[in-house]
Amino acid sequence: MTAVWPSLDGSSEYALTFDRGRAERLVVIPALFDESNKLRHFTVEVMRSLDQAGVDTFLPDLPGQNESLAPLQDQTLSSWRDEVLAAAKHFGAPLVLTIRGGALLAPQHLPGWRYAPLGGSSQLRSMLRARVLSSKEAGQQESQESLLVAGRTEGLELAGYQLGGSMIAEFEAAEPALCEGQTEIAQSDLGGPGLWLRAEPDHNQDQAEKLAAIIAEGLAA
Amino acid sequence: MANETALSDTPSDDPIAETDRILRGILCDVLGLSAEQVALFGLETGLFGHLPELDSMAVAGLLTEIEDRTGIVIEDDEVDGEMLETYGALLGFVETKRQEV
Repeated sequence: MTAVWPSLDGSSEYALTFDRGRAERLVVIPALFDESNKLRHFTVEVMRSLDQAGVDTFLPDLPGQNESLAPLQDQTLSSWRDEVLAAAKHFGAPLVLTIRGGALLAPQHLPGWRYAPLGGSSQLRSMLRARVLSSKEAGQQESQESLLVAGRTEGLELAGYQLGGSMIAEFEAAEPALCEGQTEIAQSDLGGPGLWLRAEPDHNQDQAEKLAAIIAEGLAA
Repeated sequence: MANETALSDTPSDDPIAETDRILRGILCDVLGLSAEQVALFGLETGLFGHLPELDSMAVAGLLTEIEDRTGIVIEDDEVDGEMLETYGALLGFVETKRQEV
């Protein structure tokens, strides 16, 4: 079902929820930027599977993401981290599941799971590479280095996402860290190749169910 | 595709065959194809410019995956249309780089 939640910047944002008022409540932080569309179907199926296992889940749009009308270029990793906490509080969800680069937004003190976490510099490098390749195709020479230097102050459009300067600078330096009460789930725990490798959005129901099962087991333990 | 040579039946203790196997595995994962489907790719099978799903973001992902699984580093200025145009061209590029390591 859909819900609305009040973000810190004053806007109302959309959330996809499986909320039956149950005891186990989990906020889901989706993959970032170019990976978000690729993994959305998978993410929602993980939530649906968790619903069947008796777990409430909440997938909030953060300002600038998905259906949000807030400009992406005004957002930073820090502002997003604050928003994640606000969403978790609003929904009364003390547990967190992060998907890929969503791990960079996870509140340090909230327990939960990190599925296939990805560092900011790695994802940024891929996005920069795509930009340099497509500029080359258009007959324009750009370099990752010069793009970054400009990007850190002026911001940059990468993979169709308009990122602000502070976002680029923070993203570049961000690495996922596992704190106490948090568990990493590797792609090898699900089997098969990660869906983020696909050129186009795709889905794997077995992987989604496996991820949900690992989390459900963890909750039962 | 019927006249193209498939390399997937060469001996496996051979570095070139190993590169071929790694690269086919990556293409399975990037294109969402089965091993059987990718086994049909020959040297002349068209990639970038021929497969609509291989846009610049997908190629970036492909190159990063190649780097991660083969240990080579691919500089942006080494990437051109020719090296990505066919399976054979990409295979040749990766083989050469692996020998340099």
